[in-house]
Amino acid sequence: MAEYIHASGGPIFHIGRYILMIKRCFTRPERAAMYWKETLRQMSNIGVGSVMIIILISFFIGAVSTVQFAYNLSGSMVPMYYVGYIVKESLILELAPTISGLILAGKVGSNLSSELGTMRLTEQIDALEIMGVNTISYLIGPKLAAAITMVPILVIISTITGIIGGLIAGDLTGYVSSTDFTQGVLMSFVAKNIYIMLTKAAVFGFLLTSISCYQGFYSYGSSIEIGKASTRAVVLSSIMVLVADFILAWLLLN
Amino acid sequence: MIEVRDVRKSFGAQQVLKGISTVFEAGKNNLIIGKSGSGKTVLLKCIVGLLTPTDGHIFFDGKDYVAMNMADKVDIRRELGMLFQGGALFDSLTVEENVRFPLDMFTKMSMSDKKDRVNEVLKRVNLVNANNKFPSQLSGGMQKRTGIARAIVMNPKYLFCDEPNSGLDPQTSIVIDELIMEITEEYQITTITNTHDMNSVITNGDKILFLHEGSKHWEGDKVSLFESDNKELIDFIFASDFLKEARDARHDKLIAKLSK
Repeated sequence: MAEYIHASGGPIFHIGRYILMIKRCFTRPERAAMYWKETLRQMSNIGVGSVMIIILISFFIGAVSTVQFAYNLSGSMVPMYYVGYIVKESLILELAPTISGLILAGKVGSNLSSELGTMRLTEQIDALEIMGVNTISYLIGPKLAAAITMVPILVIISTITGIIGGLIAGDLTGYVSSTDFTQGVLMSFVAKNIYIMLTKAAVFGFLLTSISCYQGFYSYGSSIEIGKASTRAVVLSSIMVLVADFILAWLLLN
Repeated sequence: MIEVRDVRKSFGAQQVLKGISTVFEAGKNNLIIGKSGSGKTVLLKCIVGLLTPTDGHIFFDGKDYVAMNMADKVDIRRELGMLFQGGALFDSLTVEENVRFPLDMFTKMSMSDKKDRVNEVLKRVNLVNANNKFPSQLSGGMQKRTGIARAIVMNPKYLFCDEPNSGLDPQTSIVIDELIMEITEEYQITTITNTHDMNSVITNGDKILFLHEGSKHWEGDKVSLFESDNKELIDFIFASDFLKEARDARHDKLIAKLSK
């Protein structure tokens, strides 16, 4: 394994190694209880640990969206309760999953990459290999499972918080009354949009976690290299979240 | 017993190991020594399977480790214990959880049996009342002891130690060396230690393999070390003029003491 780390290659090499890494994540665990325990730890780390930042940012995203939509609609023939409807749909279809994905790419991505990079640097990964543990499966598998489970939950929280933010901002600024905003929010419900939101969230969770883990797991050398791997993890995860956002929008909205 | 037969390892055009053959016997403390860059870490990593040799064979009690499939390699790996230079303890786990980790992962022992086993090995390495401490709360010597406890908790047949004395004061180094020696004899395991520490070499080397520029340059034991006229070996072991003079002045006394 270690010799792979010293190899450097072009994009084809990295894509190939990334695919092999994902494949090895889904091999049979040595002891399911240990993997489950690790998955719970990661669910707390990725999910619970990110709730506050998601709430904070989503609240203001909802608030700003409300003010801007209300500003654009003011003076038009469109009734103001449409602001609530537009904010809700924007949050469900785009803002909540994408903004959450980008926030998590920064927060969780750098965290996972540094954690694995440090484990590599301090020979903890070698220690696991020598014990006979499937390191990719044990170290990355639970993180992927935790992200695929927790990111959709975070996105649901983000959507609800964004709507609350919009409601409060509309009322405080006087652009939209809370009654109008609520009427707009409750105007229609498209189940497919919720399905699209959750699909996006799960895909973003998978991408940002797997890319960050790849960067950390295959980092080597010194603490400088871990820093670089962490930066690459955040940048690549963010780009891939946006690329996946476009592809999913294209596929799922058609 | 571990046999290394004509092992070669290259990284690109750079040949790091140039056909090394030797036998590491059970119940003995086998040392690999050599200057930085001589290939001793690469050899150790090839033996434990962290690197795959470019050519050659490594036999664990007659079984060819290099030619094995992954499942068989994993079976061998479960008989290995390794003490890493920096300890390689898991940061997020306490001392007890670190030592218990291989038991949790690979055995079906009850929790009370596992705790008993952990306490037994922690007592064996003289590390008591540290069960609930995290690695960051331990001194260098305590981290090494925890590493040794984790390495022996599964009763390994083979123990590997990579620079066990690095970063330790001379007294703690001696304690760690003695511990490795005692464990090797007590459990009759094959121990291979990669070291720079001359005190370890002179006092603990049941078998010493000296590597120079990727080749086996000399092998013998701690007694024959003093009788060798291998220039590179002498320059390496007795690096300073002071040590050379001390060796010449007390040569017979040292031989007599080490031969006991």
